Amino acid sequence: MQNGHRGDVLLDVRGLKMYFPVTSGILFQKKVADIKAVDDISFFVRKGETLGLVGESGCGKTTTGRCVLQLYRPTEGEVVFEGVDLCKLKPRELRPIRRRMQMVFQDPYSSLNPRMSAGNIVGEPLIVHRLAKNRREYREQVAELFTVVGLNPYMADRFPHEFSGGQRQRIGVARALAVRPSLIVCDEPVSALDVSIQAQVINLLEELQEEFQLTYLFIAHDLSVVRHISDRVAVMYLGHIMEIAARAELYANPLHPYTKALLSAVPIPDPVVEETRERIILTGDVPSPLRPPPGCVFHTRCPIAIDECKAAVPELREVAPDHWVACIRV
Amino acid sequence: MAKTLLEVKDLRTYFYTEQGVVKAVDGVSYDLQEGETLGLVGESGCGKSVSALSIMRLVASPPGKVVGGQAIFDGQDLLALDDDEMRRIRGAKIAMIFQEPMTSLNPVLTIGRQVTEALELHMNMNKSSARERAVELIQLVGIPDAKVRLDTYPHQYSGGMRQRVMIAMALSCNPKLIIADEPTTALDVTIQAQVLEILKKLCVDFNTALIIITHNLGVVARYSDRVNVMYAGKLIEKGTSREIYANPRHPYTLGLLHSVPRLDSPRKEKLDPIEGAPPDLSSLPAGCAFRPRCRYAIERCAQEEPPLRPVGDGHLSACWVAETLGRKT
Repeated sequence: MQNGHRGDVLLDVRGLKMYFPVTSGILFQKKVADIKAVDDISFFVRKGETLGLVGESGCGKTTTGRCVLQLYRPTEGEVVFEGVDLCKLKPRELRPIRRRMQMVFQDPYSSLNPRMSAGNIVGEPLIVHRLAKNRREYREQVAELFTVVGLNPYMADRFPHEFSGGQRQRIGVARALAVRPSLIVCDEPVSALDVSIQAQVINLLEELQEEFQLTYLFIAHDLSVVRHISDRVAVMYLGHIMEIAARAELYANPLHPYTKALLSAVPIPDPVVEETRERIILTGDVPSPLRPPPGCVFHTRCPIAIDECKAAVPELREVAPDHWVACIRV
Repeated sequence: MAKTLLEVKDLRTYFYTEQGVVKAVDGVSYDLQEGETLGLVGESGCGKSVSALSIMRLVASPPGKVVGGQAIFDGQDLLALDDDEMRRIRGAKIAMIFQEPMTSLNPVLTIGRQVTEALELHMNMNKSSARERAVELIQLVGIPDAKVRLDTYPHQYSGGMRQRVMIAMALSCNPKLIIADEPTTALDVTIQAQVLEILKKLCVDFNTALIIITHNLGVVARYSDRVNVMYAGKLIEKGTSREIYANPRHPYTLGLLHSVPRLDSPRKEKLDPIEGAPPDLSSLPAGCAFRPRCRYAIERCAQEEPPLRPVGDGHLSACWVAETLGRKT
């Protein structure tokens, strides 16, 4: 699927499924059901580009990111990274590849070890992967990483609690950069930060991308941030990809009814615009991934659903060059 | 001209900690008309929640203390009432909606019990009429099967549903004022839109005044008549929302508006952030608290603290260079 004008693909995810078992019983745990967090999704990321992955909480976007990094071993499917299917590798074989892909976490408060100094946090990957020959080189590299993310190297001896949220997120970025990865999965990297700080971190991520030719899988729920940073955007709902398109195309010409509703729900900071803007307000809640609705998972809330939508899961099909939609009404 | 419902004068709430005195709210004054919606905007730690909690007399003491000011609500100074009198106002005339719908409902009581509690307490209703009213309220906020849902527990509700229950509870005694502290921050965008639409519609229907506390400039734009912007414990800009968004007169407001990417305007190559970080409230710099981050700062900003002064029709700003702001430098 999605062959043809693909270009230089760094990460290719095919038919990815991640089911979490639900067990019952205390001594003999029986599996009673599956939570279908990610249910058969496929996408690819080209070298040097940013793919934005948006959706509401519980739609499986974080699970997707973790599957890509093999922090969860997927139930089914392939994650082909730099030509190798990671799902087939043993943990020991994976370790050298982990150097090539890193993660920046959402919460800068819980993702840094409070008992390690900032310098040791950033330097630990260098030790794990033996990237520094001696003590001096190690210290030089740590200092350089601090400078690259806009922190002063003399701060290396401080501990995480001495930093603000924005600075902590910079430490998290420096740690990811330490091993010179080609892919960074950014899982909601700015949503825990204050508005005035968010822009600083986004600008930093963009500068670093250019400087180190990084490829980002950028997971977020904030559609305006995703539009700013991404080259292409994938919209997820309840474990499925609803729409993938180039950024400009998706925002100018959203086709899936869920994408439309999602875009229209974002408030715009301008009372004059808001006064005249018509909004699509979805009814109801996201269904439980334990019992997803049959057919198209969005049909329970979809304003244009028909009977056929309940029958079969709509396939992701290309309706315009590089614009993929999973909806039979489009 | 509508009647003034709430008048806050020179409110000061300090926290006495081991690290020193934190001036969380330091000389905040504003007023609110009946039925009006006011947006209170600011970043975390700027004192916006504490200013609301002070009015409700809910600041934990120690370490917090309201050290000065007045909050005149319907002719009474809330800050001078004794605990019993305040209890009769809280929930009855002023209701509050909190940010975390997961933690603000009691997990071991049914939804029905929690909604009827205030009705029995403040409206002197008996059990059956309180229950009838509760069914009405739950229907009003758009929860189907109200009669059945009343006997269920909070964990059986989703986040959006819980926040609707909070709205129903807030409205139950026909309050004159609802204070909503980040009512939708914990919710997803599509649910956020549902909840805010309901809240705003019901406040208009019942002519209830509303204070929305938020860090999201978009939320405030759509729903509020007037906006107050807070920074480091002080109000730094006040005005109608139209004025504030079209013609911001404080570098902080201007910076906030410029730093968020907007869906309705062309994508910018680079975002324009506010440099630096919010100051530590226990050791504020002399002069203007925003000066270290301000790109328009002049010498005077370091010495004298700018007062809130009129810069337009009903528009106030606490900045020495408010008039020349935003003209291309």
